[in-house]
Amino acid sequence: MSDDPLHQEIILDHYRNPRGRGLRAPFEVQVHHVNPTCGDEIDLRVHLTKDADGRVVVSDVSYDGQGCSISQASASVLAEQIVGLSLGDALMVQQGFSELMQSRGTLTPDEDLLGDGIAFAGVSKYPARVKCALLAWMAWRDAVSQAVDSVVEGKTSE
Amino acid sequence: MNAVAPLDVARIREDFPILRRHVRGKPLIYLDSGATSQKPLAVLDAEREFYLTCNAAVHRGAHALAEEATDAYESARARIAAFVGAHAHEIVFTRNATEAINLLAYAFSNSTDKARNAASLPDGAERFVLRPGDEIVVTEMEHHANLVPWQEVCAKTGATLRWIGLTDEGRLDLSDLSVITERTKVVSFVHQSNILGTINPVATIAAAARAVGALVILDACQSVPHMPVDVADLDVDAIMWSGHKMLGPNGIGCLWAKESVLAAMPPFISGGSMIETVTMESSTYAPPPQRFEAGTPMTAQAIGLAAAADYLTALGMDRVHHHEEMLTVAMLDGLGSIDGVKIIGPGVGQRGSAVSFVVDGVHPHDVGHILDSRGVAVRVGHHCAWPTVRRMGVPATTRATPYIYNDLEDIDALVEGVIAARDFYWGSR
Repeated sequence: MSDDPLHQEIILDHYRNPRGRGLRAPFEVQVHHVNPTCGDEIDLRVHLTKDADGRVVVSDVSYDGQGCSISQASASVLAEQIVGLSLGDALMVQQGFSELMQSRGTLTPDEDLLGDGIAFAGVSKYPARVKCALLAWMAWRDAVSQAVDSVVEGKTSE
Repeated sequence: MNAVAPLDVARIREDFPILRRHVRGKPLIYLDSGATSQKPLAVLDAEREFYLTCNAAVHRGAHALAEEATDAYESARARIAAFVGAHAHEIVFTRNATEAINLLAYAFSNSTDKARNAASLPDGAERFVLRPGDEIVVTEMEHHANLVPWQEVCAKTGATLRWIGLTDEGRLDLSDLSVITERTKVVSFVHQSNILGTINPVATIAAAARAVGALVILDACQSVPHMPVDVADLDVDAIMWSGHKMLGPNGIGCLWAKESVLAAMPPFISGGSMIETVTMESSTYAPPPQRFEAGTPMTAQAIGLAAAADYLTALGMDRVHHHEEMLTVAMLDGLGSIDGVKIIGPGVGQRGSAVSFVVDGVHPHDVGHILDSRGVAVRVGHHCAWPTVRRMGVPATTRATPYIYNDLEDIDALVEGVIAARDFYWGSR
């Protein structure tokens, strides 16, 4: 899963003790994504709010699913990294993680941006596992692009 | 039972240079032949020899090379036919087994369309015309290739899909044979499950299908490479299998069907080579198998596949089957005795060498990853049989599929690797 024992330990920790797991309300959008090659699945909800300055903030990401250690740990890292960020900053994290995963092991990850996401740098050397690592992040990207309209119009499921 | 001489695996491995490779710094142990087999030098040499000496387009042209290429192609068809006890003119070459199943499925939807439009159909095509109320029967252990094409046929024709369910052990629930009724027009099922390893009772199911006049189709992808298969003994109307799973090249599959069945089917892919006469208004079609081989065929692949059939024949398919039974017993024993491991599929007896399993609390992808880091190549996931894994109550499995070039040491390495994967993930729990 990763050649670096320290990174391995970070991934295992998120796998065994997932942060923010479980579907919660309120939320604007729920998506269901699958990895058709291996059958991994995730249900993911996003809750966006507007702060006092009118900025859109990622107030919650909640999820449930089943899959390998990589896909589950990466969902946990996502929730830990981006909840509480402005949507703009969260999208930067998502973009940084995607770039890292597509780097085939050639990028030095930015810990300030990605937090524990840097542990997946080694995974990017295994093309068969990259989709596992990106499953939750693609689901989040999809959910957010649907949710932005809802939050602007003030539609939230309680 | 007669004593069967064991295979000389060390000698066989010399014919497969890829098996000398190291992966991830470890000697390669290839246990993914159910996905695709490795190729012996004899197959690679046969393809190369064709291109080096007599490459030309077959069934056209009057020059010497064209004649030699046509002879080589048709000789390949005859040798491949003989491998399954068939007549050469009953073998159709396709791109792969999936295309062969689609060729049959389209015989139904195309016949139905043409009958609606009162278009010309071959004599006997009535049995391929489907109407609402007609039924197609498959099983719950089909590869997607023998499921999705039939869902498509139902969507196009208004026919209804039915299936035979599974027991918890992973065998067909034969008390479910009542799904085969007077309304059933086709029964299409797998010979050996690619995921459970189950070998199905062909005669029992074929008899039920025959009793109602249904066409009987057998997916033989996991049986033709691994055990003696003789179409004369099977009492089915059609079988298909892929070349690349039986030591042959990619890009070739085979359909065998009874002469009377092929003759009654309209074409699938149309164009050059499959015609009899062509005018601006309409065309008539060549007899089978040419009717189903439109365009320039995959000549070198057919020749490579014939070399693979010759290679297996020289080993003896009864010896191949016996060798795999020995490896299967070792896998079921070795994996089954690991604490936390559960075999997904039946125990010994009426099962082939595809062995699927799950490790308690460890996702199959993670098991596969640890095995890969030790040089052991297996397949993980739903194995293109998603409804089957769902029925067996697991999200996915790890699957090991040995072949003629594997020995008991490879099974030992598999078992040690699975224990290592379990211990790694169980670690601090």
